[in-house]
Amino acid sequence: MKASYGKLMMWIFLVSDAFTFSALLITYGLIRYSHPAFEGAVREFTFSTEYWPVPEKVFAAIPFFHGLNAPLVFVGLMTFILILSSVTMVLAVEAGHRMDRKNVEKWMLWTIVGGLAFLGCQAWEWTHFIIGTGEATMAKRFADGAWQSFEVLGANLSINQYGPPDFAALFFFITGFHGTHVFSGVLLNFLIFHNATTGVYDRRGHYEMVEKVGLYWHFVDLVWVFVFTFFYLV
Amino acid sequence: MEETKEIIVQPVNKEKVRQLVRVAIILGIVTGLEFLVAFTLHSGPLKTSIFVAMTIIKAFYIVGEFMHLRHEVKMLIWSILLPMMFVVWLLITLIYEGGSILQVR
Repeated sequence: MKASYGKLMMWIFLVSDAFTFSALLITYGLIRYSHPAFEGAVREFTFSTEYWPVPEKVFAAIPFFHGLNAPLVFVGLMTFILILSSVTMVLAVEAGHRMDRKNVEKWMLWTIVGGLAFLGCQAWEWTHFIIGTGEATMAKRFADGAWQSFEVLGANLSINQYGPPDFAALFFFITGFHGTHVFSGVLLNFLIFHNATTGVYDRRGHYEMVEKVGLYWHFVDLVWVFVFTFFYLV
Repeated sequence: MEETKEIIVQPVNKEKVRQLVRVAIILGIVTGLEFLVAFTLHSGPLKTSIFVAMTIIKAFYIVGEFMHLRHEVKMLIWSILLPMMFVVWLLITLIYEGGSILQVR
């Protein structure tokens, strides 16, 4: 196929990884449509465990501005960070083609910074999601032979204040699985940066490893594009 | 390992970098448009299809240009696209199935 063995194997791995992410997103689609949707104007939306939440009402906070209603702004920032880090990655690959070690180092470092910034944002988002905010939501549980109401604030895998239990479970699984990919991507990027700095690729005579890890990094960005649409926008 | 050959650094391929920046700007604009749509349209099939279309545009540019797939041989392109088409089919059927589960619940 005229592609090198290493790049071909990376593509095959990425296709299989795409299946895993597809499985998660398809599960999201199935579970979401098997729950009632919120009927009515978005303005009047309140959290309830009875129907699926409107995502822009759940993800409406940004750091340092408590109480400010900024729907999807923070997650939009995360999207831009990841797209930018993809751009710096592709510039590193371009520099690698030219055997330009200095520029490979520079762009790899920016890519690592972008990846770490994204992970930092995600850590904040998870913390905010788990701790919860605003008024507690009333949920029902069956205990001592009767249905009882109780308050829920924040989220865990069995119950959450935003919607049905599956909502938080899927949030943790999908963004968590993607976050793990970003994390391993940052580790690989660091490895490439280290090898470039110590001159491994100069001695080898080519910078193809930058390209291979670049493919992985773009894939992680691609997955986020889909997660962003299907989890946060739709 | 000892140095085996002279390293010749080629000059920056300006045309290529310009093309990459252009793709980045397109991705940024499409994401911006997504935000615009998110807060101007009411949710419904139209809004969802606009989002899906924009996602496909973004995916095309990331996979085609950043991952360079558009410039690979046809065989590689199809061996990646074909399995993904079946995945899209699975997505559609299972979302439909989800609606049916809701009805019988």
